[in-house]
Amino acid sequence: MLVVPVVFLLVMFVVPVAAVFRVGLETGPSQMLEVMGAGRTWQILGFTVLQAVLSTAATMLVALPAAFVLATFRFPGRGLIRALVLVPFVMPTVVVAAAFLALIGPTGALGVDLSGSVWGLVLAHMFLNIAVVIRVVGSVLATMDPRLEEAARVLGASRWTAWRRVTWPLLRPALRASALIVFLFCFTSFGVVQVLGAGQLRTLEVEIYRQTAYLLDLPAAAALSLLQLLAVVAMLAVVGNSGGARTGNAVDVARAPVGWRQRGGVAAVVVLTVVVVLAPLAIIVVRSLMIDGRLTTVGWQMLFSQGDSTNAVDPFSAVLASLRTAGGATLLAMLVGGMAAFGLAFRGRGGWLRSVDALMPLGTSAVTVGLGMLLAFGRPPLDLRNTGLLIVLAQALVAIPFVVRVLAPALSGFDRRYLDAAAVLGRSPVRALAGVAVPLLLPAVVVAAGFAFAVTIGEFGATVFLASPADPTLPVAISRLLARPGEVTVAAAYAASAVLMLITAAVVVGMDRVRLSRAVAF
Amino acid sequence: MLSMTAVEVSYDEPVLHGIDLEVGPGEIVCILGPSGGGKSTLLRAVAGLVDHTGSIAVAGRSLAGVPAHRRGVGMMFQDDLLFPHLDVASNVGFGLSRQDPQRVAQMLELVGLAGYEHRAVDTLSGGQAQRVALARALAPEPDVLLLDEPFGALDVVLKAQLVLEVQQVLRDRGVTVLAVTHDRHEAFTMADRVAVLRAGELVQVATADELWNKPVDAYVARLVGLSVLDGVAYPPEELRITAQGRWALQVTGRTFLDGRYLVSGVVDGESVTFGSDARSLPAVGQTVHIDRVDPAG
Repeated sequence: MLVVPVVFLLVMFVVPVAAVFRVGLETGPSQMLEVMGAGRTWQILGFTVLQAVLSTAATMLVALPAAFVLATFRFPGRGLIRALVLVPFVMPTVVVAAAFLALIGPTGALGVDLSGSVWGLVLAHMFLNIAVVIRVVGSVLATMDPRLEEAARVLGASRWTAWRRVTWPLLRPALRASALIVFLFCFTSFGVVQVLGAGQLRTLEVEIYRQTAYLLDLPAAAALSLLQLLAVVAMLAVVGNSGGARTGNAVDVARAPVGWRQRGGVAAVVVLTVVVVLAPLAIIVVRSLMIDGRLTTVGWQMLFSQGDSTNAVDPFSAVLASLRTAGGATLLAMLVGGMAAFGLAFRGRGGWLRSVDALMPLGTSAVTVGLGMLLAFGRPPLDLRNTGLLIVLAQALVAIPFVVRVLAPALSGFDRRYLDAAAVLGRSPVRALAGVAVPLLLPAVVVAAGFAFAVTIGEFGATVFLASPADPTLPVAISRLLARPGEVTVAAAYAASAVLMLITAAVVVGMDRVRLSRAVAF
Repeated sequence: MLSMTAVEVSYDEPVLHGIDLEVGPGEIVCILGPSGGGKSTLLRAVAGLVDHTGSIAVAGRSLAGVPAHRRGVGMMFQDDLLFPHLDVASNVGFGLSRQDPQRVAQMLELVGLAGYEHRAVDTLSGGQAQRVALARALAPEPDVLLLDEPFGALDVVLKAQLVLEVQQVLRDRGVTVLAVTHDRHEAFTMADRVAVLRAGELVQVATADELWNKPVDAYVARLVGLSVLDGVAYPPEELRITAQGRWALQVTGRTFLDGRYLVSGVVDGESVTFGSDARSLPAVGQTVHIDRVDPAG
């Protein structure tokens, strides 16, 4: 069962990455070394680390109170807010970048221009990643048996000692795991930096793209890719990719807030969370309807003016292209990721299986993958560029880790004795699977597919290399529209962002209907 | 009704050796033994959930090569294993070949849960869930019902009550039952005959009375609650403290149970339990001499 995913990863990840390095080495190993040794490179690496550290800190700062409140207290609208905080995570990075451009860009609604400053990145990264912390830490908090702390108290521990010696050690792996994931996302973030950086902010990921797409300096790009890959591997090796352990019972231990201080605290955190999540999304819709401070639908009209020859970007066909590639990529990711999850869940987790897991870090550089695929499969003798297949393959590759991380726990958590129970009640193996296993696993499958679809339809870093100029996907089209002058074009960019946002939001709402809360991602 | 001949099961090493057991129509046989002794494996073999050698037949029909779902054998599991995505009615009706609300209602009434059809299974208490599991197992009218420690997860009071109720239901309907438990009280309450399983072998198959009065060896004697001294088994009421007693016993505990004191202690490493009155009750740690007395005299 694991053969297919392993081969897929080898061909679709290892071969392209190897192609990047081969091209680099062929054109000039000395040049590669030169790039890696240059002070400029280390400056970029330093900034990449700095912005990732700041972004991770900001994310933890905002997400931890929300995680605590959502896990600890029962209040009206709690289910809705739990679903709501997931929305930013599945939002395409380009949409998020556009939203923050509208909030804190040159003509931003908040009146301060933070584009081109590290704080703009920090805010956008915080928005994107709060869900990671809330979900990972929240799932541990929500299942933390309060009796453990009570047990410590009756053993003579003070409130503080009980927290320090029982609660904190139980929580620490989840904090570490979520911080690591957020850091990796920010370290390899592309769309946000590309759009919000205003050409002034250079992270490794953005610099790889710039060297390739604008300067056509493949040895430099290869050197930077190698550096980035080494940095990610080193981080994973040092910190370790251990998930947060659940502390036991899946019982919801939330209680009602008592007293005005708790109620006030809950209300404050809830309001703040709602504002943080909704404001950037709302501003997109507002900006799509505004030109020069007046309400207008010109942007939307441009979006749906199909086949306008003066328009270098046809947003309507971009929607179709996006749905097509994301659909195909989701299907592929579900197939390959499903097999990987099945293999991981039912074969134990020894030795080399772990390395399959390690091969699919969420922090893979999408730009490197896109560049590599272009080099490996985008030129003779194997030129797949015009088939549209490359985008599907690249997007599937990006989505597979998400699929595995949702499906594997669901599969290994499935009690196979349910099939025994069905068998002794007279159900044949096939009918037992259909009547028991399928309905019980369906929520996880739907959630995995929803995640995969949201991730693929918003994929930018790899797609931007592989999309054909004539037939771009929505995120690529949005980035192009944003880069072009003209108020109408910008309004159209926001209209396209709104469309992409609505598609993604619809997927999340659909996922929530199958009890998203049952499946914990990451 | 259910006959097993030379049944053997091996996983990595042999778990069951040459099991011969006959369960008559309407009879309730309970397999008693410690955890890890192969009890559940024997039931899983009968249900067709593990591979075995030797022959198993139900109502004269050999089950060799018959898959689990065609064996006509019902089973109740330790944790109820109710399907969480189905309501109570759908769980009870799961084994029926076609939808039959009347039959479902009838089964629920039988287990004292009339009107529970549309409850979600995660809203049931532990005892209710096991009753639904019983209704579900009985609904297809299996030739043989297997009970795998069905009351193991329940608290003592509920368990005692439910064991009696279930036994009544099974007797009324004349169901042939093979059950397993590690609790001798449960076994003695439910079963017509008790089969003692030790390390994958049946040691003795007999009524509770016979096991108590004629245990075949010291293992069975200890398992049913007798004290073994110098190779002879004594029930608690036949041992008493006497100054000239043959055995020196170091007292390890005292319990007041069902209107009398029970003293437990150790004689040469052997655990011994006997009854005592309040006046001659020894202290823990004390060494006393005990001997056999005739309870009648």
